[in-house]
Amino acid sequence: MTALSSPRNAISAAGARPASASKQRGDRRGWLYSAPAVVTMGVLLFGPLLAVMLFSLTDWQLGQEQFSFIGARNFQELFADTVFWKSLRNTFLYVLLVVPGTVILGLIVAVLLESSNELKGLYRTAHFIPVMAATSAMAIVWGTMLHPTIGLFNHILYGLGYSGVSWLRDEHTALLALVLIGIWQGFGYAMVLFIAGLKAIPQNLYDAAEIDGADSVMDRMRLVVLPMIGPVLMFVMVVTAVRAFSVFDTVRVLTAGGPNYSTDVLLYRLNTESFDYLRTGYGAALTVVFLGIVIAITLLQAKIMDRRVHYS
Amino acid sequence: MATIEILGIEKRYGDTSVLKNVSLSVEDGEFLTLVGPSGCGKSTLLRIIAGLEAPDAGALRIADRDVAKDRPKQRNVAMVFQSYALYPHLTVLDNIVMPLRMRRLTAAQRFPLLGRWMPGTRRIEREIRAEAEQVASILGVEPLLARKPGQLSGGQRQRVALGRAMVRQPAVFLMDEPLSNLDAKLRVQMRSEIMALHRQIGATFVYVTHDQAEAMTMSDRVAVMMEGELLQVAAPEQLYSDPDDLRVAEMIGSPQINAVPVHALNRQLCLAWQLSQDTAVAAFRPENAIITRPADAMLNGTVAVSEHLGADVFVHVRLDGDAGTIVIRTDRTSPRHTAGTAVGVSVEGRHVLRFDAKKKRCRPSQDHGALVA
Amino acid sequence: MTPLSLGTKGKVLRCVILSVTALFALLPFMWMLSLSIKTTPEIYQAHFHILPESFAGFDNYRVVFASAPMLRFLLNGVLVCAAIFMVQLLVCIPCAYALAKLRFRGRDTLFSAVLIALLIPPQVLSIPHFVLLYYAQLIDSYGALILPWIFSAFGVFLLRQFFSTIPDELIQAAQLDGMSEADIIWRVMIPMSAPAIASFGIFSLVSHWNDLFWPLIVLRRAELATPALGILLFRDDETGRQFGPLMAATATIVAPLILAFLLAQRRFIDGLTIHSVK
Repeated sequence: MTALSSPRNAISAAGARPASASKQRGDRRGWLYSAPAVVTMGVLLFGPLLAVMLFSLTDWQLGQEQFSFIGARNFQELFADTVFWKSLRNTFLYVLLVVPGTVILGLIVAVLLESSNELKGLYRTAHFIPVMAATSAMAIVWGTMLHPTIGLFNHILYGLGYSGVSWLRDEHTALLALVLIGIWQGFGYAMVLFIAGLKAIPQNLYDAAEIDGADSVMDRMRLVVLPMIGPVLMFVMVVTAVRAFSVFDTVRVLTAGGPNYSTDVLLYRLNTESFDYLRTGYGAALTVVFLGIVIAITLLQAKIMDRRVHYS
Repeated sequence: MATIEILGIEKRYGDTSVLKNVSLSVEDGEFLTLVGPSGCGKSTLLRIIAGLEAPDAGALRIADRDVAKDRPKQRNVAMVFQSYALYPHLTVLDNIVMPLRMRRLTAAQRFPLLGRWMPGTRRIEREIRAEAEQVASILGVEPLLARKPGQLSGGQRQRVALGRAMVRQPAVFLMDEPLSNLDAKLRVQMRSEIMALHRQIGATFVYVTHDQAEAMTMSDRVAVMMEGELLQVAAPEQLYSDPDDLRVAEMIGSPQINAVPVHALNRQLCLAWQLSQDTAVAAFRPENAIITRPADAMLNGTVAVSEHLGADVFVHVRLDGDAGTIVIRTDRTSPRHTAGTAVGVSVEGRHVLRFDAKKKRCRPSQDHGALVA
Repeated sequence: MTPLSLGTKGKVLRCVILSVTALFALLPFMWMLSLSIKTTPEIYQAHFHILPESFAGFDNYRVVFASAPMLRFLLNGVLVCAAIFMVQLLVCIPCAYALAKLRFRGRDTLFSAVLIALLIPPQVLSIPHFVLLYYAQLIDSYGALILPWIFSAFGVFLLRQFFSTIPDELIQAAQLDGMSEADIIWRVMIPMSAPAIASFGIFSLVSHWNDLFWPLIVLRRAELATPALGILLFRDDETGRQFGPLMAATATIVAPLILAFLLAQRRFIDGLTIHSVK
């Protein structure tokens, strides 16, 4: 941080103003330039953040004139609600399946991609395209692929002599289908992050490993690749986890939380309670739980990264 | 016994030829330095010896064994890299023992977590550790064994990298500009340490550098490379006094050798220097020229500038005609030569090196032929 | 040298595996395009073929554009995304400049606030945002789609990091040339940060073009819908029951961003991954 920033120093160096006046001037200019951001950040970010925490302590319903503070009653109600627990369980299950799937698939593709130059650009492009496509639109496409009668998956099952499955209508498969879509959409993103990490590994390290005698795939991965992309790996896991916790579009488009709440997830619950039933206070309590989980993941990452400061 | 035989090695990257028919043999226990400007192919040659790259043509034998198809692991070579290439996530001890682990433990014994319970793992690990500690004590890095490379100074990392190479007791040591990331003082110190190390372990060393001073001070023999060609392989003194090629002569020695085109010399001088007909360039070292009065010399010029460097004085003389500028080394006891003074330059014929138009040396056998008539 | 050193066999294996994963990535798109040019009876046939027996592409796409305001959805997307990005720049650039190049009391606190703001997932703010817009009587308007996003912590952060790398000497030289501070921002900082601004723009574009959560909450009228919501409305509409036109509609919705990506891949990948440089 070279705080010896420019303009003020140039002005005072020119000898025009006494130091204190120029300092005040600097303060004023700094805040003047920041004003639009400060105001909008306050009104649209921190204000609402505070508001949602306050709402979570009230029985307010949007549109009503009156409300009263009811302490932690919303949370008590939430924690007593089996549907909430079910959605929480579904969300965690979704995350626990999507994160490893996305990370491992992304890593494998990235390592293979970087191991040779043949068709490299083409493969990279192909794998990244799902990231660009609107989830809602592609969820509709996946819906048709998983369709009981016309779907591709059942076509294949029929072809192999099995009977078809109502993938999205079956409690046992609906969430798994969503997991598959989640991995499909995220692994290309993980891939490009890993590629960046792999490119940053110094070439000499591979040479040294080879001279040391580490020439099998496992040895190279363990001795060079995995340790060197450790920080990237951590970052990819956190980004993927936060995205997975925020799963909404596919649920809204394909299952509406069903069947029998088997795909109900936190954000879908939040959306339904807050904007369909207009239970603002209750929805706010759900929001606070969601925020808590996301912040916890981020802090966990920060803590783990701190332990690794000895990296050169 | 680890001799290295390199025969007709060729290497191309796309359209550029990096190594052109390079042949070289290194004796057992020899310290051979590959020197040349960056991009001359010296590092590529080293990497080919190591097995990190495959040559397009040619043969390579280490210790009388054809190793062309061997992977680095099978060649019994160790390598020290310019950037040291230490594993940043491992401690110094783990870095040093890695080559031994990779060789002595089976894949099963190296398996994460489970490997340590395989029969024999613990005993081998103990032996490996003892050897690593011994090497560390030789290099004086014992107190650092528990640290990570990121916590070490440049010199310490250098020593650890040496330790990782030494611990295997390889027959051949390959070093790729190992000192160029160190500051000047440390570089001089590490030079003598590496030389001492070489004497102590008696392995064959192949050392790559672009620093001619490093090459001259450390090696038994120096191989000078340029543009993918091996120009000359010789002992340092011979390289200086008896170069085969003008480019070698120009690269070795500071200030650079003076090269004067023959067409700019008068006939008298050609006779005095016994220049043969095919000589295109006559060259002499700055310390072999003497400044005289203009009338006493066959080579005349004007002083351009005098550089006073303490003990030495380098006098730059712009030669008359189209002969360019030469540098003459005098000492501070000799009379001062101010810029603009007309002077004569005298060089004895025995100090003059003759090169032909292809920059190759005209050897005395040819010199006896027809003199410039 | 690469992560794995592959021989000929390895290279073949690499191609096989990557082709399989690439097929997995592209399969839905192929499926979508295949269905979008088929007739309904053919879609319901027991045997699936990638290419149709009778080409119904023109019909399907024509039905889509005739029966639904698809162009309107796309236009809404462009309009809303452009408006969001423009306002974001107006808000973020001066603040990023101040954080990077001016010294003022509270600067570090302000920057910490921006860093904290980066951690807050946008869905968390949906209830209060809705309440704000409700009382401002802006629900179901373009304003509702744009206003909540005009402050971007990511934009401030990214631009500040980039501005910090521009040497102070350059700014001082500009001052000596007689530039005002506005001149400096406009003529020096912005042109020099074009890559960062482009990355930010792509990040902003992709997140809002593809966003479903927020438009779903604040929109009632179909004619305001952005593409991600529009496709959902189309599906629930009568023509959307037919798979051919439905797939044609989804292809129309996802095509613009994918085409843009294919044209400027490096930029897009940088834009979407740049926050990993933290």
